[in-house]
Amino acid sequence: MHIVVCIKQVPDTKNVRIDPDTHTLVRQGVESIINPFDLFAVEAALKIKDQNGARVTVITMGPPQASEALRDTLGLGADDAVLLSDRAFAGSDTWATSTTLSAALRKIGDVDIILCGKQAVDGDTAQVGPEMATLLDIPYATFVKKIEMPQSGSLRVVRQTDEGTEVWKLHLPALLTVIKEIGEPRVPSLRHKMRAKKAEIPVWGAADLGLDPDHTGLCGSFTQVVRVFSPPRRTNRIQLEGTVEDQAEQLFQYLKNARVPGL
Amino acid sequence: MKATIDTKKCTVCGVCSDACPMNAISLSENQIEISDDCSLCGICVDTCEFGAISLPEVGKGPEEDLLSYRGVWVYAEWREGKVHKVSHELLSIGRVLADKRGVELGAVLLGSDIEDETARELSSYGAEVIYVVDRPELEHFTDERYSKCIVELVRRKRPEILLAGATSMGRSFIPRVAASLRTGLTADCTQLDINDEGLLLQTRPAFGGNIMATIICPNRRPQMATVRPKVMKPVKKQARKARIERMELPGQCFEARAEVLEVIAEQDQTAKLTEADVIISGGRGLRNGQNFNLIEGLATLFGGAVGASRGAVEEGWMAPSHQVGQTGRTVAPTLYMAVGISGAIQHLVGMQGSQVIVAVNKDPHAPIFDVATYGVVADLFEFIPAFVKRIKRERGAEA
Repeated sequence: MHIVVCIKQVPDTKNVRIDPDTHTLVRQGVESIINPFDLFAVEAALKIKDQNGARVTVITMGPPQASEALRDTLGLGADDAVLLSDRAFAGSDTWATSTTLSAALRKIGDVDIILCGKQAVDGDTAQVGPEMATLLDIPYATFVKKIEMPQSGSLRVVRQTDEGTEVWKLHLPALLTVIKEIGEPRVPSLRHKMRAKKAEIPVWGAADLGLDPDHTGLCGSFTQVVRVFSPPRRTNRIQLEGTVEDQAEQLFQYLKNARVPGL
Repeated sequence: MKATIDTKKCTVCGVCSDACPMNAISLSENQIEISDDCSLCGICVDTCEFGAISLPEVGKGPEEDLLSYRGVWVYAEWREGKVHKVSHELLSIGRVLADKRGVELGAVLLGSDIEDETARELSSYGAEVIYVVDRPELEHFTDERYSKCIVELVRRKRPEILLAGATSMGRSFIPRVAASLRTGLTADCTQLDINDEGLLLQTRPAFGGNIMATIICPNRRPQMATVRPKVMKPVKKQARKARIERMELPGQCFEARAEVLEVIAEQDQTAKLTEADVIISGGRGLRNGQNFNLIEGLATLFGGAVGASRGAVEEGWMAPSHQVGQTGRTVAPTLYMAVGISGAIQHLVGMQGSQVIVAVNKDPHAPIFDVATYGVVADLFEFIPAFVKRIKRERGAEA
């Protein structure tokens, strides 16, 4: 069994701040982290590896420094990692990203399960997983919280929807996007960390993937950002005052005037 | 590839350099340089008041007759015999867009045993034509069948714009529709408009809600966007005469390699975060799981749902399905009440779209107050019972 996990390096939005005067992004102290949902995907892959035995390959598309994120996942117990990096990939929208990642998956070849986080916390689009599966023409399930071990070419998963939960059966190969409930990521072990330190991480560019640079990055994207601006500020907050009872009374009146349902 | 600078327009003021999140713009004595770290995010383009920065153009893909696409479509989400409210919201904004373009507004309904009445109801939100695909295979949602049906309908009717709700269903299968049609898709738009060239302007939050980006899809059709529930206002119109077209699609549209074995509806009403009009959320300030009783009691009074901060979930006080924020749910109810939640950015991004936000916290400097409509600086263990008492008094008077 071969599992490929797709991860993304994202800015740690915890530290992203907007300068109130210039309305621009303050970049100081913003570090890169592995998208938290992708760590759940790595964990899901390693769980299958622990229980059934599997080879786990982690891939990412990003700048050269993204190889550090891959190295971190080797420290968790992944077997191999591949970095997809090329200037031609810059400015990719979700379509161009999916095109590049699916080309890499074709090059890898024998893949049974592809795991992704449900979305990246910087873009929040949740599109790349499903788009990749579409390009590879394989079935997928989103928002998976439980994976039951594959049996004879199929997989049972439990997925979380807005309305409840669903149990699906999918034929392999298949792609799954996972949520937090799949399980918290493990801590890296010393043995894996030692190996990760020395591991060679191959870098594949557009030419290695057989991709025409006109079909990658911004050139290969369908969507384009035309304007970036600061979000409108909230109207000034009303600070309630007085005793606890006074404040309760004021809040009650405000909410009633605002016609909040249920009051 | 990277952003390019028009040296004739550039005054070397340095504003773009400060704005670049990638630290890719450097200033030398008389010119600006952009390094290979440029991610083409476009943030600098807007900061330049001299219009000196531009990005390379997006790809055109295979040539297509863009003008042959006409009309605005809304995917009307159908579950268990009912149309999801987000469909009414989308039709209402879809109506505005269709009027601006001078085109027809259509709705697409996929499901099993769909009555004409269910379809006709969509006309009261502005739909002029409702395409219905009614097949037993569509009783339960699967990405493959639902997307193949929409793809087939789009190929036949060629709408220029296709909108869908960013529900768990929409977020799951709409990317497949976009990828199959080889077109762009913008997720979670908070504003939609038409520009002078007739293109759909899709505005969405980026970088954890710290910045808004307006996105276009210039060369592919349909232009596709999803919108989260409760972001757009439903506007009921006088019901107009709408055509209902029941569509027959080829059998391969109903084949799938994924099978739904079981559907278990959530029984706990307080866990239905994305649907709730009112959400009362608790955080570490509650001190223990038992004290979530206070939150549950208040939520029940409103008929609302119970949310939790990541801290409260990590402590094991609430199940992860209640978590609001970056690694939990994104919600936008009419009322969001944050009780004992300090307001870390990862929580704020999940709830700052709410209409009315009430923050209850002992610490007047807690960041949650920055996004609050009403701030209550108080001990929650005193305030919540007082507030519950006030609501109950009103109810008593009514009864």
